Amino acid sequence: MTDLIRYTAAETASAIAAGEVSAAEVAQAHLDRIDAVDKKVNAFLHVDTEGALKAARAVDEKRAKGEKLGPLAGVPLALKDVFTTEGVPTTCGSKILEGWIPPYDATLTSRLKDAGVVILGKTNMDEFAMGSSTENSAYGPTGNPWDLTRIPGGSGGGSAAALAAFEAPLAIGTDTGGSIRQPGAVTGTVGVKPTYGTVSRYGLVAFSSSLDQGGPCARTVLDAALLHEAIAGYDPLDSTSIDAPVPAVVEAAKLRDVRGMRIGVVKEFAGEGYQAGVMQRFNESVELLRELGAEVVEVSCPSFTLALPAYYLIAPSEASSNLARFDAMRYGLRVGDDGTRSAEEVTALTREAGFGDEVKRRIILGTYALSSGYYDAYYGSAQKVRTLISRDFDAAFAGVDVLISPTTPTTAFPIGERADDPMAMYLADLCTIPSNLAGNAAMSLPCGLAPEDDLPVGLQIIAPAMADDRLYRVGGAVEAALNDKWGHTLLEEAPAL
Amino acid sequence: MSVVSLVPYEDALASYDPVMGLEVHVELGTKTKMFCGCSTELGAEPNTQTCPTCLGLPGSLPVVNAIGVESAIKIGLALNCEIAEWCRFARKNYFYPDMPKNFQTSQYDEPIAFNGYLDVQLEDGETFRVEIERAHMEEDTGKSSHVGGATGRIHGATHSLLDYNRAGIPLIEIVTKPIEGAGARAPEVAKAYVAELRELIKALGVSEARMDKGQMRCDVNLSLRPNGTEKFGTRSETKNVNSLRSVERAARFEIQRHAAVLSDGGSIVQETRHFHEDNGTTTSGRIKDNAEDYRYFPEPDLVPIAPSREWVEELRAALPELPRVRRARLQAEWGLSDKDMQSVLNAGAVEPIQETIAAGAPADQARKWWMGELARRANETGTDLAEQPITPAQVARVCALVAEGKLNDKLARQVIEAVLAGEGEPDAVVEQRGLAVVSDDSALGAAVDQAIAENEAVAAKIRDGKVAAVGALVGAVMKATRGQADAARVKDLILEKLGVQA
Ligand SMILES: [Zn+2]
Repeated sequence: MTDLIRYTAAETASAIAAGEVSAAEVAQAHLDRIDAVDKKVNAFLHVDTEGALKAARAVDEKRAKGEKLGPLAGVPLALKDVFTTEGVPTTCGSKILEGWIPPYDATLTSRLKDAGVVILGKTNMDEFAMGSSTENSAYGPTGNPWDLTRIPGGSGGGSAAALAAFEAPLAIGTDTGGSIRQPGAVTGTVGVKPTYGTVSRYGLVAFSSSLDQGGPCARTVLDAALLHEAIAGYDPLDSTSIDAPVPAVVEAAKLRDVRGMRIGVVKEFAGEGYQAGVMQRFNESVELLRELGAEVVEVSCPSFTLALPAYYLIAPSEASSNLARFDAMRYGLRVGDDGTRSAEEVTALTREAGFGDEVKRRIILGTYALSSGYYDAYYGSAQKVRTLISRDFDAAFAGVDVLISPTTPTTAFPIGERADDPMAMYLADLCTIPSNLAGNAAMSLPCGLAPEDDLPVGLQIIAPAMADDRLYRVGGAVEAALNDKWGHTLLEEAPAL
Repeated sequence: MSVVSLVPYEDALASYDPVMGLEVHVELGTKTKMFCGCSTELGAEPNTQTCPTCLGLPGSLPVVNAIGVESAIKIGLALNCEIAEWCRFARKNYFYPDMPKNFQTSQYDEPIAFNGYLDVQLEDGETFRVEIERAHMEEDTGKSSHVGGATGRIHGATHSLLDYNRAGIPLIEIVTKPIEGAGARAPEVAKAYVAELRELIKALGVSEARMDKGQMRCDVNLSLRPNGTEKFGTRSETKNVNSLRSVERAARFEIQRHAAVLSDGGSIVQETRHFHEDNGTTTSGRIKDNAEDYRYFPEPDLVPIAPSREWVEELRAALPELPRVRRARLQAEWGLSDKDMQSVLNAGAVEPIQETIAAGAPADQARKWWMGELARRANETGTDLAEQPITPAQVARVCALVAEGKLNDKLARQVIEAVLAGEGEPDAVVEQRGLAVVSDDSALGAAVDQAIAENEAVAAKIRDGKVAAVGALVGAVMKATRGQADAARVKDLILEKLGVQA
C-alpha cells in the first residue's frame, strides 16, 4: 500500500470515510515513510508516533460507530514547530526552547484535532521563523526533496519538504514575510497566507505579531482549501482575529473557471535579480490565464520597492520585544545557574547560548530601531511605508480582482550559498513581503520547472483582504490547466528519495 | 552609610519652593485579570492563579478586560478628564524576573483619559485644585521574594521565589501635572490628594483602594526651586508609599533633604528613593539618568480601543455621588458645623461614621466613638482610622447595647477596648468579661440599702426634698458594684426606698 502516501488529502479522507482504508493504516504508512526518508530530508524535529496513531484510531472508532466524519478526518499532517501542542515538544527551531513541553494547545492545534486531522509531528524551521532557507534552525538544515543539497525555502522549509517528500499530504506553515509561499515555490507545493486575522495566532509563538499568519500547505489547491477551511475562523482568544465568515475557499477551488476575471501583473516584480527560467515560467502562466479567458493587465505598485527595508524594521522591532520573554526564568534553557550568579547574569548567559546568530542580529536591529531618538526615523517611517503599500494595493484592486507575480526571484539555491550574506538571503522574500505588510491574502502554486536547473518555480497570486476565495479560484484553474498540459502533477517529476 | 543631613522644615521653605508630581497606581477590583480570565483574589497559594497568558508562555495572547476599560473611563470621568476617542496599548520594554513577558502592557502617548483635575480640601477647609495629566491602563507584575538575605532584600539573598498571581492584575496609573503653588502646604496637599482620590475610587466601586494591602500605591516626585524662580529643579522619585500619613511624611522629608543638599551647594541626583515607615526617612534606590529607554511601541497583539461617545455619556450619567458632594450631604444629615465636619474629615472618619450609622447607630453616637476613643488610638499608634481592628458594625453593636441599657458608657468603652484587643465580637466580650449592666432590682436592692445605711445624712436631705443629692448615693452604689449597675435604675430605686417622687 505504498500508494497511500501519494494520495491527496481529499482522496485520503474519502477513502477512509468509505472504509477502503483505515486512518491507522494511513498514519502508519506515513510514519514508515518518515522513518525511511527523513534522515536524509530532516523535515521533522519531532515525530509523535504514539499521538498520531492514537488520533488515527479515534477516527476509525468514530467511523465504526457510524458517526459522521469531517472532510479531513484521518488525514495526516505535518505541523510547523512554532504552534504549541499540549504535551508535545515545541522548539521553534531554537535551542532556547529545547525540552519545553507546552501545557496548552494553540487554537489551530485544537481545530486540527477537532477536525480529526492526524498530527504526525513537528517540522523544522528557521529559528523563530527568521530566515528563508531553514538553515537557521538550531537542529540542522532541511534538504529540498528535489535536490537534497539545496534549501527547501524558509522559514517553513520542514513543512514544505515534508509535502514534497510524501511524508505528509498536508502541512501547516506560518507566513511573516513569505515563510509559507517561498518554501512552497521552491519545493513545487502549494502554500497559502490567508488574510491577516482569519487564522488564530493564539499558540503561535510570535516572531512579528502584526505580520505573522498561520496557513495551509498542501500538494494540491483543493487540499489547501480543505485545510484552510478547517483552521480559519474567529477566535475570541486572539484580539486581532476577524469576526466574519471565512470566504468559501473550497467551493472556489473546485470552480476552475477564470473567465471574466481581471488579473494584474505587478510591474515592479521583474528585471534585475530575477532568474530567466523563473520569468519564463511566469510569463507562460500569464499567457495561460489569457487563454483561460481572464483579462490580464499590467499594474504598477511603486511603493513595493520600499517593502523590504520597511519589513526589516518592523519585524525585528516586534521580534526584539516578543523574544524578551526567553529569560530562563519559567521554561526552556537555563545556562549558568550555579548558585553564584544573579538572575540577570543567568538570563544573559542563557540568551547568549540559546539564540542563533540570525535571531541575535534581528533582536539587536529591532532594539536599535525602537530606541528613543531613532524610533521616528526607523519604526515610525516603516509604519508609513506600510500605509503606502496598502494604498498601492487598494489602487490596484480597484482595477483588478487579483495580482500575480513570481513567488520568488530564483529557484532553490544551494545550502550554504547565502548563509553568510544576509542581504542576499533577504531578497528571497522580495515579492512576498508586501502582502504581509498589507495583511491581505496570497498563494503560491507550482507553475513548472526552470529550464536551466529543472527546479520548481512558484506563481504568486494576491487577493484583497477577506477575498481569499479568489486565490483558490485562480489557483485551481491554473493547476488544472497545467496538469492537463503535463499529463501529471509537477511533483511526479521529483526524483525518488 | 552616610548620614542624611536635613534642614529644618521652615528654613527649607524660606528659601525654596517645592514642586510635586504624584503618580498613583490603583489595582482595580475586577474579578479577572486585565488580559486573561485568571482570578484576582488576594491571598491564594503562589502561582495558583495563572494561565499561559499571564505567565507570558510562548504563543499566548492578551484579550482586554472590558470591565477594566469601563473602570478606567469611570475614573477618568470622575477626575474631570477627557476620554480618548481612540487609543492603544503600548509595550514598555524592560527586563525584570517578575515580569513574565519582559515587557509591561501599558499605555504610552495615547492614554484613555487625560487633562482633568481633582479639587481637594485641606485641613483648614480651603480647596486646592490638583491638575491631572492622565490616567492610563496597565497590568501589574508578579512578586519576588528574596530568601536567605537580611530583611527580605535582594542583597545577600541566596535565591528568589516568584509568584505570578499578581501578574496581570489591572492597574490604573493616575499622574498629576506638576503641583505648584502649594508652598509649605505641599505635604498636606499630597496627603489630601491621595485621600480624596482614595475616596473617589471607593465611591466609584472600582477598587477597595486599601493602601495597606497594596491596592493603592503612591509615588511622590518632588523637586525644589529657589523661591521666585520658574525652572523646576531635579526631582527625586519616592516609590510605593503605602499610607496617607507616609505620603505626607515622605514629601516633608524630601523637602528637608533637598534643601540641605541644595543649600550646601550640592545638586540633587535624579533617582528613585525608598520610604521607610519606621523612621520616616527615604534612602537612595536606583539612579535614573536618561539612559533608561523603555522602547515603547504600540502593542500589536491588541486592537485599538475606541469608546463610543454614547457609552462614555452613559457612564458619565451613571456615576455615583462623588465624595465632595456626598460630604456636603452628610454634614447636613449629621447636623455638623463646618468646623466639626472638618475635624471628621481630617480624622478620616467620614467612612467609618457613615458605615456605623448604616449599621444602625445614631449619628451622634457613631461620631462620638470614631472621633473620640478610636481617633485617639489611631493618632497614638500612627495608623489610619479606617484601619483600626474594629469594624463599623461592631461599633454600631456597642451603641445598640448602650441604647438597650445593657451597657453604660464606662462598660461600653471597655468593650471597645476588648474588641480592639482581638477578644472578639462585642456580645462575646460582654459575655466573657461579665460586663453587663446590673439592673436586676433584687441584686441592686442590697447595695441600695447599704448605701442608704452608710449615708444616713444624705438620705435625710433627700427625704427632705433635696432630690439633687441623690447623685452621691448613686455614686456609692456604682462604686460598690464596680460600675456595672444601671445608674438610672439605681436612682429610681433609691428615691422609691426613700419615698420621694422624682
Ligand atoms: Zn492568567
